[in-house]
Amino acid sequence: MGVGSPDGADALTIAGRPMRSRLIVGTGGFPSLQVLADALAASGSELATVALRRIDPAAEGSLTDVLQQAGVSLLPNTAGCHTARDAVLTARLAREAFDTDWIKLEVIGDQDTLLPDAAELLLAAEELVADGFVVLPYTTDDPVLARRLEDIGCAAVMPLGSPIGSGMGIRNPYNIALVREAVAIPVVLDAGVGTASDAALAMELGCDGVMSASAIARAQDPVAMATAMRLAVQSGRLAVGAGRIPRRTYASPSTPDEGLAEFG
Amino acid sequence: MATESHSERPTDVLVVGGGIIGLAVAWRARQRGLSVCLIERHAIGAGASRVAAGMLAPVSEVEFDQARRKTLALALSSADMWPSFAAELAELAGVDVGLRRAGTLMVARDADEARELERQLAFRQSLDVAVSRLLPSQAREREPALAPNVRLALLADGDHSVDPVLAVHALLVACRRSGVEVVEHAGDVAVAVDAEGGRVEGVRLADGSLRAAGQVVVAMGAWSALLDGLPESLRVPVRPVKGQILRLRDPAGPGLLNGAVRGAGVYIVPRNDGRYVVGASMEERGFDLAATAGVVHELLRHARDLVPGISEFQLEEVCVGLRPGTPDNAPLIGASELQGLVWACGHYRNGILLSPLTAALTAGVLTGDPGDPLLALCDPARFHGPDADAGLALERQLTGSRG
Repeated sequence: MGVGSPDGADALTIAGRPMRSRLIVGTGGFPSLQVLADALAASGSELATVALRRIDPAAEGSLTDVLQQAGVSLLPNTAGCHTARDAVLTARLAREAFDTDWIKLEVIGDQDTLLPDAAELLLAAEELVADGFVVLPYTTDDPVLARRLEDIGCAAVMPLGSPIGSGMGIRNPYNIALVREAVAIPVVLDAGVGTASDAALAMELGCDGVMSASAIARAQDPVAMATAMRLAVQSGRLAVGAGRIPRRTYASPSTPDEGLAEFG
Repeated sequence: MATESHSERPTDVLVVGGGIIGLAVAWRARQRGLSVCLIERHAIGAGASRVAAGMLAPVSEVEFDQARRKTLALALSSADMWPSFAAELAELAGVDVGLRRAGTLMVARDADEARELERQLAFRQSLDVAVSRLLPSQAREREPALAPNVRLALLADGDHSVDPVLAVHALLVACRRSGVEVVEHAGDVAVAVDAEGGRVEGVRLADGSLRAAGQVVVAMGAWSALLDGLPESLRVPVRPVKGQILRLRDPAGPGLLNGAVRGAGVYIVPRNDGRYVVGASMEERGFDLAATAGVVHELLRHARDLVPGISEFQLEEVCVGLRPGTPDNAPLIGASELQGLVWACGHYRNGILLSPLTAALTAGVLTGDPGDPLLALCDPARFHGPDADAGLALERQLTGSRG
């Protein structure tokens, strides 16, 4: 099957690991564990981020158990880290706690916008890659930085559409498309997704996947929004494979006007 | 009628857990003529009851998911019961539980918060609950201590508060005066099940002796899943959700705030004596009771942004408690599949609010009343069995792994 086939043949492969779903879900902010479990099931996602700082991995009956039961792999993140040193330390703690060398690397440079600190991000990524981590960095929508992260050995890049939790969608679609062109590794749009059309647009711009956290968790009906995101990611992916028509300034009739019946 | 001493006859009801839920259940069961003994591992009210802020706030606390599950009815119903509950306690125990009927303000301080508050207002209006929209000037007229940069406020006029420490004390006095036998510092106890495994015989005390009872009520809060003596299949999916709060005191006495105030990341609840509770964190950290610098900082920062005047307050205490969380945030109240075993736990953020209702419902279960329709919302078996959907069934696994 070709691009966008929803039957799983069109897998997203990161660091050699194929995933049927191209949607990554964040686990923070859900109203209850039950809603989280139901939303995960509805999303079809196989990978979900967890902030090490927010949970005790050893606590039973909690988040990690829900993920395990849902068959969703856990992707620890370094949320709340402001320096490379902090992030590297947190990543190592996460590796120990969750028994995975995958890490979603976040190094935040500003408390109001939660934008990434590019310089610290590169430092941390370099050190973690050298240490054997599969690094998925949360980055600005900067194609040059994305290429640097690829050069360092990151497994994917996760550029932002707009600030975390803002729900502002993709503010610079042009840059996201440039990031896609700049690197050969998977591009997963992270941050800013507010509703399903944002996710579909990300896929249409050529992203390989979409990460959605607040948009699902804080929706009025998170389970319905998780379904919407799953379908939107599939739709966007299918549309890319289908090959859209070029944009035109003037109309072009979909029905030829030859052979119209003539009425008295 | 049973007496306070150990009688030959088994006690009708043993309540395990001396927090606000256990005490309220014991009191109400005793009022219905049952002989009741309450057993507490440590001290009465030393768990989450002592840490709770005591908000009776069904309207300001309602969440989207609660509306879908219809569990708002539990909170509204219990909030309605509180004034007479408090009056009854005042009369019987001679203790004022500090019920403050001054409403609750929900405050937005910037455009982002205001948009979220508008969404919350629309949601509450769709539920037809009592909430009104206040202009900044109206909000500050009501609570002059609010920061000047208020953008928008919602008033939940019927959301009140009590002082849980006083409520626990009142209930303890009421229990004793009405003839409930109260055993404190009992250590770890276990449920005793008969040889066939068909019904509860009572409770096995820490010294190994059996305290016989017709029915056993489990009101152990966050520890309810750890109760020994039960088959794995009967365990309930209750987990601890850590909360940190601060206790502040205004040396100038009461009056800075009239009612509770909620803003982004914080609430402030005034007591009658010039004390204030600032809360609360929500942390999934297992049975961890450590106070942390980060949470104290965040609570104080948010609280001071909301009500600058608290800077002058004395910081009396940092308290940490464990809310009994359930997968859907609703409590477990009612008979179990094991005859004689009754659950009254899993009240999550709402133990104080839901105590009058829980006591009434549980007393009804204990005396064989026809089922109250509200009990269906709290069915302890909802996470078990063939009726549970896939998501719910996972909880069986979760609690199974907890042994």
